[in-house]
Amino acid sequence: MNAIEIRQLEKSYRVYQKNEGLWASVQSLFHRDYREVAALKPLDLDVAQGEFVAFLGPNGAGKTTTLKLLSGVISPSGGEARVLGHTPWLRENEYRRRFALVMGQKNQLWWDLPAQESFLLHQKIYRIPPDQFARTRDELCDLLEMQHLLGRPVRELSLGERMKMELTAALLHSPEVLFLDEPTIGLDVIAQHNIQKFLKHYQQERKITVLLTSHYMKDVAALCRRVVIIARGQLVYDGSLEGIIDRFSGHKVLSLLFANGRMPGDLSRYGEVLEIVEPKARLRVARSEIARVLSAVLANHTLEDISVEDPPLEEVIAEMFSLSAKEEVVASG
Amino acid sequence: MFARAETWWTIFKICVEERLVYRGDFALGTLMRFLPIVTQIFLWTAVFASAGTATIQGFTREDVVAYYLLTMLARAFSSMPGLASGLARQIREGEIKKFLIQPIDLISYLLLARTAHKVVYYLIATGPFALVFYLCRDYFHGWPPIEVFLAFVVSLLLSFLLGFYMEATMGMISFWFLEVSSLLFVHMLFIFFFSGHMFPLEFLPDFWKSVIDYTPFPYLAYFPSAVFLGKVQGAVLVKGLVIEAAWTVGFIVLCRFSMQAGYRRYSGYGG
Repeated sequence: MNAIEIRQLEKSYRVYQKNEGLWASVQSLFHRDYREVAALKPLDLDVAQGEFVAFLGPNGAGKTTTLKLLSGVISPSGGEARVLGHTPWLRENEYRRRFALVMGQKNQLWWDLPAQESFLLHQKIYRIPPDQFARTRDELCDLLEMQHLLGRPVRELSLGERMKMELTAALLHSPEVLFLDEPTIGLDVIAQHNIQKFLKHYQQERKITVLLTSHYMKDVAALCRRVVIIARGQLVYDGSLEGIIDRFSGHKVLSLLFANGRMPGDLSRYGEVLEIVEPKARLRVARSEIARVLSAVLANHTLEDISVEDPPLEEVIAEMFSLSAKEEVVASG
Repeated sequence: MFARAETWWTIFKICVEERLVYRGDFALGTLMRFLPIVTQIFLWTAVFASAGTATIQGFTREDVVAYYLLTMLARAFSSMPGLASGLARQIREGEIKKFLIQPIDLISYLLLARTAHKVVYYLIATGPFALVFYLCRDYFHGWPPIEVFLAFVVSLLLSFLLGFYMEATMGMISFWFLEVSSLLFVHMLFIFFFSGHMFPLEFLPDFWKSVIDYTPFPYLAYFPSAVFLGKVQGAVLVKGLVIEAAWTVGFIVLCRFSMQAGYRRYSGYGG
């Protein structure tokens, strides 16, 4: 059964277009030009109940717009969406009690008060029975190891500690659908890892549906089997994480360790040289060429070790994003 | 219904707690309100001395000081510092999303938060207010009759609601214009002059006084004070209360309407 169903969902904004200079500013007092910007082009997407889906894309791709549409913060310019059977932008209380949105850059807790006060407020707002509230809160606090922080004013917490509190507050009412917008942004590696570990455990336990946007591939690799990529407001990929490399990377990385420390002079004939640290070398070779290059290298040189790897995921995605940006320039130019 | 009351009570308690966090600032802010009294007494003594008359538009010097003290009390109910600008900031910075996502009503929440802040303020300020009124007791002509006092209390409570909904409606304008500070400044000036906070509105020409009586401004300061001092009585008093109640209801409706329209606009254009 699908928790999220999106059909031809789109959103465009009217953006004020200002020309450069003082005269243009004076003119803008009397007349302003506006331009329609498509933040999300017609999108179709289904997410099954219990899926953990990553939503990737470069800045301005439409990821956050989609999350805002699905959480009812904004209304679409066209199309339909149903989350748990509800139309999000109708903002029915029944729906609002069944989902949560966590934004890494926005604080929902009371700044000057300890988080436990915000939790109490959430209990009342979401009408959580007292015993269920106490049980969920204690369970989340144990999982996130933050019992000792509950009495400390939120403003005195570190960014990582604050994100743990935000997550707890968002999960107190046991939402069936969770939207996470960059939950690990700005966190150090340990804090990121802790949040990932928690999210993974929680999602597996509760089987809730999660839609995550993140720029950290480690978040995505640790948490999501399914990846949806949008660029320029359009869906460009929907599949597994590994599939991205197969689909979008035409290269492999060849690592060579030469025997007896003897490095051959000209490696560029085999492919693009990425790195040389004698006696090691890394080459970028086209997929179609890999068999031919391997046999040539083995025939011509004595090697201690050899490996063929996929390029790092970040690299493939960055390449893909920059390609889509170039296409955009071409399309608009 | 019970669950909703419980939610409101929790919000109220948490807002009280929040108000008590910055003790020093709060105590200083409360006490500083009383300083202008001294300058006002000197000012009006000088005004009456230079005018060379015992009364101006039916007000003696004592009446004016008593009036000033009462407007101060009325403004303690009707003034809403930071409400409109805070709302404007929340809209501009996107914090308003919380109220779109969570099952909670923005206006009820703001009203409860403001009530909590006021209750804390009254608890702290009761002592200083009582002391100041005691020290200035000679400026008053005793307590008004019970029915007048009740009308005074009703006008004060209505002034709280009127002040809240007026200010909240001003804040809602931010849904349409991101920068509203100039507008809020003009609004503040109108309140400053036409609420009677500066001087009794009887000092204005009759025509303008009668016009201003139909605006919401006098009900934020002038009207409750005039009721206490017996300057408005009988049918005029009842008419004043009706106008005050009508403006309050009008702004409740306008505030709700502008919130709904604002939400629609916000969700259509921004977010």
